Formats: sequence, structure tokens, C-alpha cells
Amino acid sequence: MASTRRGLLGVTGFAASALLLAGCAGGPAPAAESELSDDKVVIGLLNDQSGVYKDLSGPNSEVAIEMAIEDYFAEYGDEAVVTEEQLEIVTADTQNKPDVANTQAQQMYDRSNADIILDVPASSAALAVAEVAAQKKKLYINVGAATMELTGAACNPYTFHWAYNTQMLAKGAAGVVEDGGETWSLVYPDYAFGQDMVKSFTGAVEDAGGTINESIATPFPNDNFSTFITRAASTNPDVVGIMAAGGDLINFVKQFNQSGVRDQATLAVGLMFITDIHSLGVEEFAGTTFTDAWYWNYDEQNREFADRFQKLTDTRPSFAHAANYSAAYQYLDAIQRAGTDDADAIVSELEGLKVNDVFLRNGEIRAGDHSVIHDSYVAKVKAADDVEEDWDYEEIIATIPAEDAFPDVNPDCSL
Amino acid sequence: MEAFLQYTVQGLAAGGFYALAALGLAVIFGALGVVNFAHGSFYMLGAVTAAVLLDVLDIHFWASLVIVPILMFIFGVIVELLLVQWLLKLDILYNFLLTFGLSLVLVDLVKRQYGVSGLPYEQPAGLDGLIRLGSVEIPAYQLFVFLFSLAVCLIVWLVLAKTRVGMIVRAATEEPERARALGINVSAWVTPVFGFGVALAGLAGVLAAPFRAVTATMGSNFVIILFAIVVIGGLGSVLGAVVAGFLVGLVEAYGQGYAGTFSQVLIFVLMAVVIMVRPAGLFGRKEAV
Repeated sequence: MASTRRGLLGVTGFAASALLLAGCAGGPAPAAESELSDDKVVIGLLNDQSGVYKDLSGPNSEVAIEMAIEDYFAEYGDEAVVTEEQLEIVTADTQNKPDVANTQAQQMYDRSNADIILDVPASSAALAVAEVAAQKKKLYINVGAATMELTGAACNPYTFHWAYNTQMLAKGAAGVVEDGGETWSLVYPDYAFGQDMVKSFTGAVEDAGGTINESIATPFPNDNFSTFITRAASTNPDVVGIMAAGGDLINFVKQFNQSGVRDQATLAVGLMFITDIHSLGVEEFAGTTFTDAWYWNYDEQNREFADRFQKLTDTRPSFAHAANYSAAYQYLDAIQRAGTDDADAIVSELEGLKVNDVFLRNGEIRAGDHSVIHDSYVAKVKAADDVEEDWDYEEIIATIPAEDAFPDVNPDCSL
Repeated sequence: MEAFLQYTVQGLAAGGFYALAALGLAVIFGALGVVNFAHGSFYMLGAVTAAVLLDVLDIHFWASLVIVPILMFIFGVIVELLLVQWLLKLDILYNFLLTFGLSLVLVDLVKRQYGVSGLPYEQPAGLDGLIRLGSVEIPAYQLFVFLFSLAVCLIVWLVLAKTRVGMIVRAATEEPERARALGINVSAWVTPVFGFGVALAGLAGVLAAPFRAVTATMGSNFVIILFAIVVIGGLGSVLGAVVAGFLVGLVEAYGQGYAGTFSQVLIFVLMAVVIMVRPAGLFGRKEAV
């Protein structure tokens, strides 16, 4: 229903602008060739603007999207299908709550006329937005959430999952097993994210020939982990894997470092952002391995992007920032090729597309489940003495090729 | 058996820390009758102040142990004079709501200034490594926190029980009318006692900084446990807060060791059982009910 109305609006808008152009001869031709719904492209950024994920994504993702818009105009100039006046960004805060995310997504699509929603960290909020996108037949590219459900049972034709997922995070674990970390103890917070992570890590470690001695559930949130650490160490594992995020992760790492278990076992972190390392201090994490989706100082191209980003924000980008840039850019590029912002047309533009940009290396937007696959990295946190400049915290020890990093198309997903 | 000993030592270490933080809450309730919901935020401010002192002025842990409580005392006095004092004559609920609102404001101000992913704080020099106690190994820092908290609790208790100042404070807080009749200026003591309670919360924050995440929200979950502790110990009872602090530390450690995710639930089960058997708490006065 909504799409019919918007289709009508698009046609009217097109007709109106054609009339207008007929009136003033010699007007900018390219804009008239496109078919934009309500004569505008509205990008909605929906993420955590005030809570635990604010630093790793939050308001700085808007900066990343603005950079993508800038690059789009730089690339196409006068040929651009969308003009600067026609592009708009709207933002809202999910507070990481699924009910708030649901309401905000509806408002963005209906009231702000958003053509696409980007980001949405926190898996439960992301799933809520995916449902709204499916109902409204509007585009949604998730960047910040990890859940496999987005490209599994909850997949839909209008939702794409751009940056990472729990199984991709677990792939780095296989590298640790090959390095001699054969026996593992896992500690995880007992809610959806932690449970999903344990499932993925157990699979990855066992596939690589390792063993999980024990998986220990902890309350969430929790700030005292000392006894859980003792329990994790009691089976003498080579590796202790922690599946917590944010403040809980920092609590765990501080207490792990004091416990003396650090001398017996390596610490592997399931999900970590560069902002986590920065906030706790590199020496606390030194030697920790984890899977990273992207690292700002990986090569010249990334570094250039990071320098530009730093000029605008005073900080280095996390992989979520780079992925938001990439998603926004590829979306605009798809509009350019399709000559319209119609959701179905954009979906068919994106499906199966092979992409190489600053974030996606050997990237492919899979048609089967809308999972975006790309090269990923096994990273190790540097020792404090090896850090040459601020934010230079990671050493990339291995590249996981795109097709190995991400699992096969999920049979639960039917698009 | 060894695991049990290990859990016991860890429980006592966490318990000392809980006792110290709960002590301030108990002192404030005893003296002013204020259910101070901002105690968790005062604890957070203590930790954040220590982290900022380290970052900006290069003031390290040992100096912070002295400086931060003094700053927090001054802050507490200001809060009492500007806000709390005016509501003391009203229903207890008013100050509860005031402190609840205050804690929201403090958390948001810190978030605004320092973000949400936390501030770094290094391990104090000389307290890294492990100490062997019989068959169990305990991190030196945890042992220090335990002994330090125990010493502070003991000093506070001795001051309240044995010194003239302590007796005046107790008289002013426990029997304000009679104390007034004896010529004690009761209201003069209320402000510094509140400041003292806030200083204790700040001190707990400094102790927490090296082994817990220093974030704007670090007090939100913590204050709930503190309330469970003071309820178990008996509202306003200093001895009760200390004993219950250790008890809760032990229950949490055994819970984590043997019952996993139920460790935090066990604290509230303990609270429920204590309230059913002794409604005023373990060391509470009947009037407190």
C-alpha cells in the first residue's frame, strides 16, 4: 500500500520537476533523468546515540555517511543522479531497545520518508528494525549488530547485513587453535548475544581440531568476575575466551590480568572494537587475539580514510564507522546505476554485486541471504612498547579470505 | 576443597569492598534518615575523579586514595547544603526522589564529558602479582582491597563507638530530641556526616578503579547490591553494613562458583530470608522498621 502511494508520489515528483524544467530551459539535466520518490533521497541513521555503543558507532557514523556522500559527488559530479539538495540524513537513538528501535524505524520510514535505514547495533533492536523494513518494503542495511538471525530465519528481501556476524568473529578462533591454543574455556554473559557467540565459537574451535573444556555462563551485567575466572582456569586451558562486550568485557579483562591466569593462558576476545582497547589502555589487552572486520592502519587506503575521519572527529574510525561509510556509498552508487531510489530496483542492483571499497575487500553482496561477505582479519593487540602512535594498537597476523570468513548461505533463509 | 578456599578468599576480598561502600550508605541513613540512591553515582564519581587526576595531573593511585575522598567530602557537603537539607523535614520519599534524580544527572554529565566506553586506569605500582596463602593464590591487589577496607571500617566503628565526636554524632543521629535538650547542636553535625558518607563512596570508587571498568554507569548495578547489603545488615547500622558486606561477598563468590548465573539472585534470596526472619535486618534497631 505504502509503496503504491510512494510510487505515485515519485511519478508526481517526476512530472512536476519535468514541468519545472520545461519552464526554465537549460536547467541541470541529470536530476530530471532520475526517478526519486518524493524528489529526495533520505538516509536514516538509527543507532545508539547515548549508550554503551555510542563510541564505537553513534554520532560519528553520521560523519562517515557524510564522507560517503561527499565521495559520491566527487565521483559523479554533474552526472550524479541525486543532487546535494536532494540528499538528506536523519538520525535517531534506539537506546538499544527493540521497542524503541521499532517505533523509530516506523517514524523514519513514514514520517521522515527515509528511503533506507543504516546501522542499528544490538541484535534485538536490529531484528526489530528488519521486521519493520520487511513490512514497509523499505531498505535496511544493518552494520552494528552481530546476530546470525538477520541472514537466517529472520532474513527478508529488504534487509542486508553488511559488516560482521558471530560466526565470522569465531573464525579468528581457528587461527588461534592452529597457533597451539588447543584447549579452551569460554566465559559468556547469559543472554542472546553471549549464547549465540558460544555456539559459534564452539563450532569454530572444534572444526579447527580444538576442544572446549568448559563454557561458563555469567549474569549480565556483572562487575565481579574473579570466581568465574578461577573456574575458567581450573581445567588448565590454553586459551580463555571471553564473549562479553562493553563494560563487562573491561571488568573481565582487568580482573583476568590481576588473577595470574594471564601467565598460564592466552586471552581471546569474541568481539572487540578499537574503542574498547583505547578506553581500557593497550597494556591491559596486550597479546589478546580477536577477529577484526577492518583496521584503520591496515594499509594506505584505510589510513587515508582514517586521516580524513580524524580531521572531522578527533578520533580514529572503528570498523563500524568504516562499514557505515561503505554501506552509504554503495547505496548511492546503486541509485546512480538504477536511476531511481525505488527499493526493489536497489535490491536487484545490490544482489550479487562484487564490491571493493575501503571497507569491503573482495566483498560480495550475496543474493542468497543478503549477507555481505568480505576479507576479515585475525588481530593481536600490540605490546605497549610497540605502539608507535595513538590508536595504533593492532597487529594483523592473518587475513581470512571472504569465502572462509563467512559461513555458507543459511538454509533457514528464504528470500 | 582448594576451590572452596579460593572462593572464600575471593568472597572476603569482594566483601571488604562492599562493606566499605555500604558503610557510607548506612552512615547517611543513620544520621539523616536519607535513603541515598545517589550513592552508586558518588562511587562512580570517585573512580572517574581518580582516572581524571591520573590522566590530567599525573596523580597516581596512592595519592588519589587521600585526595579523592577529600574532594568527595567537599562535594557531599555542597550537595547537602544546596539540596538534601531542604527536604529533611518532609517525608523520606522526597529525598529518595531527589537523590534518584541526582544520580541520573551525574551519570549523564559524566557520559557527556567522557563518553561511554570508560576511562583507562592503571594497576597501582607494587600491587601487581599474586600472593600465596596456604594452598590458594590471591591477586595482591584484592588482598590489599580487603585489608584496607577492613581497616577503614574498623576505624570508622572505633571513632563512632569510642570517641567524644562519635558519641555526639551517634546521640545526634539516634536520639536527636534528647541530644538537643542536652545542648548539642544536632543540625551542625548533619552536613559533615553526609559529606563523610559521600567521601566513603568516593573512596570505594578509587579502590574500584584498578579492577573494575571506570564508566559512567558503573554505579547503577552496584547501588542495588549496596541496598541489599544495608537491608540485610539493618538500615542505618554501621556494624550491620560491614558484616552484611562480607556476607554478601561470600554468597556472591559461592554463587559464582557453584550456581553460575544465579549468583546475583542468591544475594536477594538472602535478603528476603533475612527480612522474613528479622524484619529490621541482622543488626537493625526495631525503630528502623
